[in-house]
Amino acid sequence: MTTVAAPYAGTALDRVDGPEKVTGRARYAYENLPADLAYAVVVQATVSRGEVRAVDADSVLQLPGMIAAIWHENAPRLAPVEDAELTVLQSPRVAYRGQVVAIVVAETLESATEAARLLRVDYRAEPHDVELRADHPGMYRPDHVNPNYATDSELGDPDTALAFASVVVDATYTTPAQHHNPIEPHATVALWDADGLTLYDATQSASGVRATIAPLFALPPESVRVISPYVGGGFGGKGAPHAQVVLAALAAKQVGRPVKLAATRRQMFAVTGYRTPTVQRVRLGADEDGRLSAIVHEAFEQTATIKEFAEQTTVVTRMMYAAPHRRTSHRLVRLDVPIPTWMRAPGETPGMFALESAMDELAVACGIDPVELRVRNEPTIDPERGLPFSSRNLVACLREGAERFGWAGRDPEPGVRRRGRQLIGTGVASSTYPVYRLPSQASARAEPGGGFTVRIAAADIGTGARTVLTQIAADALRVPPAQVRMEVGDSALPRASVAGGSSGTASWGTAVLRACEALMAALHRRSGDVPPGGLEASADTAEELRSQRPLSRHAYGAQFAEVGVDLDTGEVRVLRLLGAFAAGRIINPKTARSQFIGGMTMGLSMALLEESVMDLEFGDYLNRDLAQYHVAACADVRDVDAFWIEEEDPELNPMGSKGIGEIGIVGTAAAIANAVYHATGIRVRDLPIRLDRLIGGGI
Amino acid sequence: MRPFAYERATDVRSAVAACAAGTADGAGAVYLGGGTNLVDLMRLGVVSPGVLVDVTRLPFDGIEETAGGGLLIGAGVRNSDLAAHPLVRRRYPMLAQAVVAGASGQIRNMATVGGNLLQRTRCSYFQDVSKPCNKRVPGSGCPARRGDHRNLAVIGQSEACVATHPSDMAVPLAALGAVVHIEGPGGPRQVPMPGFHRLPGDAPERDTVLEPGDLVTAVEVPPLPFAARSRYRKVRDRVSFAFAVVSVAAALDLEDGMVRDCRIALGGVAHIPWRADRAESALRGSPATEAAFAQAAAEELAMATPLPHNAFKVPLARNVVVRTLLDLVEAP
Repeated sequence: MTTVAAPYAGTALDRVDGPEKVTGRARYAYENLPADLAYAVVVQATVSRGEVRAVDADSVLQLPGMIAAIWHENAPRLAPVEDAELTVLQSPRVAYRGQVVAIVVAETLESATEAARLLRVDYRAEPHDVELRADHPGMYRPDHVNPNYATDSELGDPDTALAFASVVVDATYTTPAQHHNPIEPHATVALWDADGLTLYDATQSASGVRATIAPLFALPPESVRVISPYVGGGFGGKGAPHAQVVLAALAAKQVGRPVKLAATRRQMFAVTGYRTPTVQRVRLGADEDGRLSAIVHEAFEQTATIKEFAEQTTVVTRMMYAAPHRRTSHRLVRLDVPIPTWMRAPGETPGMFALESAMDELAVACGIDPVELRVRNEPTIDPERGLPFSSRNLVACLREGAERFGWAGRDPEPGVRRRGRQLIGTGVASSTYPVYRLPSQASARAEPGGGFTVRIAAADIGTGARTVLTQIAADALRVPPAQVRMEVGDSALPRASVAGGSSGTASWGTAVLRACEALMAALHRRSGDVPPGGLEASADTAEELRSQRPLSRHAYGAQFAEVGVDLDTGEVRVLRLLGAFAAGRIINPKTARSQFIGGMTMGLSMALLEESVMDLEFGDYLNRDLAQYHVAACADVRDVDAFWIEEEDPELNPMGSKGIGEIGIVGTAAAIANAVYHATGIRVRDLPIRLDRLIGGGI
Repeated sequence: MRPFAYERATDVRSAVAACAAGTADGAGAVYLGGGTNLVDLMRLGVVSPGVLVDVTRLPFDGIEETAGGGLLIGAGVRNSDLAAHPLVRRRYPMLAQAVVAGASGQIRNMATVGGNLLQRTRCSYFQDVSKPCNKRVPGSGCPARRGDHRNLAVIGQSEACVATHPSDMAVPLAALGAVVHIEGPGGPRQVPMPGFHRLPGDAPERDTVLEPGDLVTAVEVPPLPFAARSRYRKVRDRVSFAFAVVSVAAALDLEDGMVRDCRIALGGVAHIPWRADRAESALRGSPATEAAFAQAAAEELAMATPLPHNAFKVPLARNVVVRTLLDLVEAP
């Protein structure tokens, strides 16, 4: 595979949709106002397990402006599909508190909101179980973990290796449930007409929503159109359709009018997914020089009773460090809780908090510098798959990051550096994310009046995908980006994969490039002549992807943190964060930098702030707004910087790129926790690192 | 949303009359200031008044000097204006610091002094109408005691309620002994702080001593020259835009290394801005040393009765009292 010449790829092109966004012309799902629009508001279960016994629709139907109340007894029947998250209002069963049990439709949002408040729902409640514990008797071994990894892995004899290891770290780490909280809440406007169903939706995959929703209404996919040109953030929460998409379509069908349904911020804590809490036990066995002989990483997680989502928390450990004896596993328990889903780097994010904290503990136990410890355990091939790496520059990231951060000469002694009333410490952690590439299609068209239109049902959820694809197309078409009009976010465009798994640029970029190449070939055959009707070519990458060589493909990074911990209060402030990344070729340094430091900021937020608090008595997440669920504010984020190492890897895709949307969050929390240990001598193994964990720890 | 009537008051008597009439109707009437808390609570269904009496057009938006060197702060003064006022900054630095430590710039531009005093607790259960809460529905129970109470009260709470008062501004006002000016159906009256806010006891639905129809018109801050040496320290999980886990407002009057006088109040620990009388008494006439400060804080906090998940607030409050006083000693 060769890399294409690239005058525009690699340049910091401004976002091509910037003017639309800053002038308000970019239209988001909620902003669509078809004629005769009605408004729907959901009614959520107030029991955590049980059954809806009765819905007193008469109690609201006479209210002014009311159009309909819909619940399991009168809802349109949906075709049975496997995903119970989507077969809404089909049964009286309540699987978790906050599940949608009814929906009201009215002429105005205010009327619908009031009716939803007043609608009387009678339940038969059953005792619920919402507490994740590693020793829960309901723990089971899922068939596989997300998206399709083996549940467990084992190599050699880790138990014996641990028994004979000179140094052993055996520690349990926990991460709490976390909610995505994109700035744009989930919203759908559903509209039925003679052609079928149109959905204006906030989604990371227009093609995916179409493919998922069509069968529920027994429609062929081409009868469903999903329009989502602008999306205000997703972080995985909009990766797959949630109940609100189906509810909007179902309500619109029932009332025979277009229906708008938006989740409120509070509702999003129950109905649009979250990251599972985890309990993770890590055991490391090493010799006195810190060379690992055994790695064991076991994860315990929750899922809902009606749908399994098995986060791949320990999969990253299968590849990260060399050790002859190793084991990873995942166990799940079905609880009466909302349905977990993908959230930015599912698996790697919680998994690397545990593994990289444990590596720091091993460095302390062995008296070895934590950068050096990682370098010492660098594998030459993927340790469990036995495959060569397409490229692996973890060591370069560690070395170069250490250099720029000023790591040299670091005194490992914890709790001895003071600046004013703060204890100061530094920490490091590795970062990584797999390289995924998914089949996609694209078309490229030479317009008769000049210029090109490139179409693909990709999603720009704020990442800059539209801009980066424009750069790739411009290079392939050998024109400036201004001559390329990039259309994304519509299922009527050539089918594309989800904006997930940091796979967008690789997957869509390949399709865009191939379509543009095909168009250039067609133009060449016509000596550059564009016919009056324009000239179009298309591409499908399915075949190309199947011929990819088996290799271990991952991006790597190293994160360095400096923290100050207040001696009197235990308040942790991240004074500096520096990320070093090796992620193939960077196509747009400006949007890439935003992804890296955005991910790191989210990692900082995870380290210090984010926690969805389960209310054991009532069975729901309690802190359902942004005043109570803390995400990092500007003042928390002081000095965050990222740089990247040039990486030539011809085994990836024609652009030579690795995904960069998620790696930034991986390892950040461990780097900060390790810095907190270095500052205070207190090892915090449970996120978030709030002041009470330090005050209580005897700072 | 439930429909409600909106009236814009043009003078104080008509405001009080409108509110009293609305209350007598049974619909429930409340005054609307900046709306930064009330409107949220209406959206959540926590409160659903039948009548909103907008008092932001009343002439209570000024800050005047009083004869003895204090300030009379109109109830309608926006938080941003209060914090920026030169006399507030010079005479009562802890008050200016507390106001800017609260909320966000946008909210401070809207929020009024009167409304800030009357903020409701941010206890999760209070804000969730699907759950019991004695403050919201008297007699329904308090799940916070056995549930999530990490950020709730450790002093002066009751079986019925463990909520905290969320205001930063009220903490230095309590330390300063500010006097709340009230216009009610029965005429004007004045209530000094502390004493304006109530401990929950068995009636946690009442946050303050206000009666139906009472309108806060001003807050009078008495002269206290040594408050020029004062400080507000707010401890919180997030660096900005978060309520206090614990906060301290303190002023020190020092002479030859001795504490001649002092004022101390705590936020984030009680149903009211907590005036630390015991600590103040212990400190008056004692040396301005870390040991004396620690002893005074310990005397105040000896009465704390924390719950399982907020016991950390007691050592935290002690540390913050001591550190804030030491900072004041070292202040130029």
